Amino acid sequence: MAIIKMRSKWSLQRGIHRKFGKYTKNSICAPLDLPALVKISLLQHIGAECTPLVEKGDIVYVGQKIGECTDGLSAPVHSSVAGIVNGIGSYNDAQGTAIRTVNIVSFGEQSRSPDIKPPTVTNRAELIQAAYDCGLVGLGGAGFPTHRKLDFKPEHNIDTLIINAAECEPYITTDYREMLEYSDDIAKGIVLIKELLGIQRAYIGIEDNKPAAIKLLDRKSEGKFDVISLPAVYPQGAEKMLIFTAAERLIPEDKLPLDVGVLVLNVTTVSVLYKYIQTGMPLTHRRITIDGKGITRPKNLIVTKNLIVPIGTPIIDILKACGAEIDDRGPLNIKKVVVGGPMMGTSIFDLSTPTVKTTSAITCFGKKKAVFVDTTACIRCGKCVRACPINLMPITLERAYDAKNLEDLEKWKVNMCINCGCCSFMCPAGRNLAAKFQLAKKLLKGR
Amino acid sequence: MNMAETKRIQRKLTISHSPHIHSLNRTPRVMRDVLIALSPAAIMSVYYFGYRAALIIAVCVTISIVTEFFTRKVLRRSSTISDLSAAVTGLLLALTLPVTIPLWMAALGSAAAIIVVKELFGGLGQNFANPAITARIILTVSFSSHMTNWTEPVRNVLSAPAQAADAVATATPLVSGNARLLDLFLGNTAGCLGETCAAALIAGGIYLVIRRVIKPIIPLTYIGVVGILYLLSGQWSGYDVPFYYVPVYQILAGGLMIGAIFMATDYSTSPLTRTGKFIFALGCGILTFLIRMFANYPDGVSFSILIMNILTPSIDRLTAHKAFAGIYNKKERALK
Repeated sequence: MAIIKMRSKWSLQRGIHRKFGKYTKNSICAPLDLPALVKISLLQHIGAECTPLVEKGDIVYVGQKIGECTDGLSAPVHSSVAGIVNGIGSYNDAQGTAIRTVNIVSFGEQSRSPDIKPPTVTNRAELIQAAYDCGLVGLGGAGFPTHRKLDFKPEHNIDTLIINAAECEPYITTDYREMLEYSDDIAKGIVLIKELLGIQRAYIGIEDNKPAAIKLLDRKSEGKFDVISLPAVYPQGAEKMLIFTAAERLIPEDKLPLDVGVLVLNVTTVSVLYKYIQTGMPLTHRRITIDGKGITRPKNLIVTKNLIVPIGTPIIDILKACGAEIDDRGPLNIKKVVVGGPMMGTSIFDLSTPTVKTTSAITCFGKKKAVFVDTTACIRCGKCVRACPINLMPITLERAYDAKNLEDLEKWKVNMCINCGCCSFMCPAGRNLAAKFQLAKKLLKGR
Repeated sequence: MNMAETKRIQRKLTISHSPHIHSLNRTPRVMRDVLIALSPAAIMSVYYFGYRAALIIAVCVTISIVTEFFTRKVLRRSSTISDLSAAVTGLLLALTLPVTIPLWMAALGSAAAIIVVKELFGGLGQNFANPAITARIILTVSFSSHMTNWTEPVRNVLSAPAQAADAVATATPLVSGNARLLDLFLGNTAGCLGETCAAALIAGGIYLVIRRVIKPIIPLTYIGVVGILYLLSGQWSGYDVPFYYVPVYQILAGGLMIGAIFMATDYSTSPLTRTGKFIFALGCGILTFLIRMFANYPDGVSFSILIMNILTPSIDRLTAHKAFAGIYNKKERALK
C-alpha cells in the first residue's frame, strides 16, 4: 500500500533527537570463520533453564536439538556447529548468574542434522509449533519466546500486527541489513503470520533514517501490509513507544501489547521464522554488528562489520576476527565490551562469554570512553524530564530513591521505567539515573 | 576457566550500567554558555559606565569564586569552582549593581550570595532562591542609598571613576519616565551596570536558546505579561504618546530584561516542566507589574522573582508530569 508517516506526542517532545552513527550500514554480512569451540547457553530466553539432551562424547550436527524445557516461557536450544560435545560447562552472565552451557568442539565442517526437513505450516497451530521447533525468541533483545507471543487467546482481540524494524539503538545495523538482504522472506513472513493468525492489519515500522529499507519493503509489500516511516528518535524501537507511534495506542501500566490488541514482532524474528518454514533449519546462527567506531575515534580498535555468527561463539573469537589485539593477559586496547548497543547493552567482564540468540551487537570502547562519568550535583536543569519517553519525572524519582522513599517511588511510577537510558544520557551532571531506577524497581519488588 | 587462568588475566574490562555513552553537554559547559551570553552586557556596561564597571565585575566574580572555594573547604565538601557556577553568580550580581557602589559592598554581596543563599542550603542545585537576586535584595535593603545611586552613562572606558560623592546622580528611567525608547534599547541611560542595554541582553538570550541552555518560554511569558498588563492598564491615555510607548518603555527599562532572561531561567529555582515554567513566568510578570505600579520600590523584578522562587517547589508538585497511561487513581489500582 503506502508509506505512512507517523508522529506521536512523545516522539516530538521526548526522547533523544540526535543523529547517531550507523557505521556498518553498508557492511554486507560475512560469515565468521568457524570457531574451535562453541558454548551454547541453555538459558537464551526469559523462562527457565533448559535441560541438556546430550552428554559428553555425543556427536551433534548443525540444527540438532540439544536442550529443551517444558516451562511455558522457554524455547528449545539447537547446536550451531557439527562436532563432539565436550561437556556441560557454565558461564556467569552480566548479572553474575551462573548459566549452564553445552560446550561443543567443532569438526571444522558444518554437516547438517539428518532430522532437518521443512515443516508444513497451513494453520495457526502449526505456525505456533514451527516457532517453538525453531527455538525462536524475540531477537530484538528481550528474548520472549515467539511461540508464546503467537499463541494469544481470542479474547485479546488482536487486530494489529506491528513488525518492529525501528532499530533506534545507535550503531546497530543488523535489522537494517536483514531487511536489505532478505526483504522477500520478511514480506512473505509478515503476510503468512497475518493470514494464519487472522489479524486484520499489519504494519512494519522503520525509522526514517533508513530510506532504502522503507522503499524496498514498500515495494515488496504488494499491498498486503503498510510501511510506517517513524521519526528517528531514540527509543523509537521500545515496544511501548513503537505502539504509541505506529498504532496510536497507549499500553496501560502493568499491561502487555496484547491487552491493547497489538502483536509486536521483531523484523529479524519474522525473517528467521519464514526461513525456518522454508528450510527447516532452526535458529542456530544470527547476525551481529561489531562496532566501536563512533566511540573510539580516531583510533579504531576493531574493524567494524556485520558478521553471521554461530550462536554460542565466545566473544573473544568474534573480536579477534575483527582485528582486535588480544593476548593471554586480555585485550590490549579495548577497555570495555558491551553486549548490545551503547544505550541499553550490558558490559561484560569475561571475554569468553558466549553469544546468545538475543545478542545483536558487540560494542567496544577504548581507553578514553571506558572511564566512568564523574557525577556532580544535580542542577535541576530538567533535561531528564524532557527526555523521558514515558513522561516520568526522573529528578523526583532520583531523590525518592536516594531517600529510599518507597512510597514516593511507587507514586511517581518507577515501575513504568523502560530503562532506555535517555535520562542518564542527557544528564549534564552525569548522574546514574537509569541505574538507580533499575535498583529502585528491585527495591519495590522485594518489599 | 580455572583459577590459574583467571589470575593471569590482568587487563580488566570496565563494567558499568547502561547507557554507555553520554551527551557531551556537561554542567561546566552550561555555565560557560551562560557566561558567554552575559558577556555582551558586561562589555556594554564597561563602555557606558567606564572602567569602574569592569572593576566591580572583577571584584564580584573573584570574591564569589574565592568564597565558594573556602566555604566548601570549611564545610568539608569537594571543590566545585571548576563548574563555573560561582563565576556566573558573581557576574550576574555585578550586573545588577550601580556603578557607584563601594567595592566592599559588592564583595559583601557576592560573599552573602555564595555562603548564605547557595552553600548553606547544600550548594549547586539545592538553593531555593537565586543567589544573585537574593544578594541584590540584601544589599538593597541594607544600603538603600548606595544601591539607588545611579549615574548617567559616560560612554568612555577611560573616564574617571564616578565617585559616590560627586557623581552626577540621577533617577532611573523607571522613575523619571522620560527616556527615549532607542536609548533604553541600546542602554544609553542611567541604571545598574548590565540591565540598561536591552540589545546586549536579548543577544545573550538568543544565544542561550540556540545553545539549548534555556527554553524561551520563561523570558517570553514574563516580558509578554508585563507588556500586556501595561497595555491594559491604560497608562498612556491622556499623554501625547502612542499606545505602545508605555508597555515598550516598561519592558526595556529597569531590570526586567536581565531578570527575565538570566535570573528567572535559573535552573535550580525555576520549575521543571513547561506548564510549571509558564505559571512561574506568569506570576513573575503579574508581581512585577503590581510592584512597579503600586509599591514603594521602583523596580519589582528582583522581589517578584524571589517570591516565585519560593513558590517553585509547589508549582513543581502541581505540574509534575504523569506517566503516559499510568494508573494514578487509587480505586483503579486497587481493582487490579
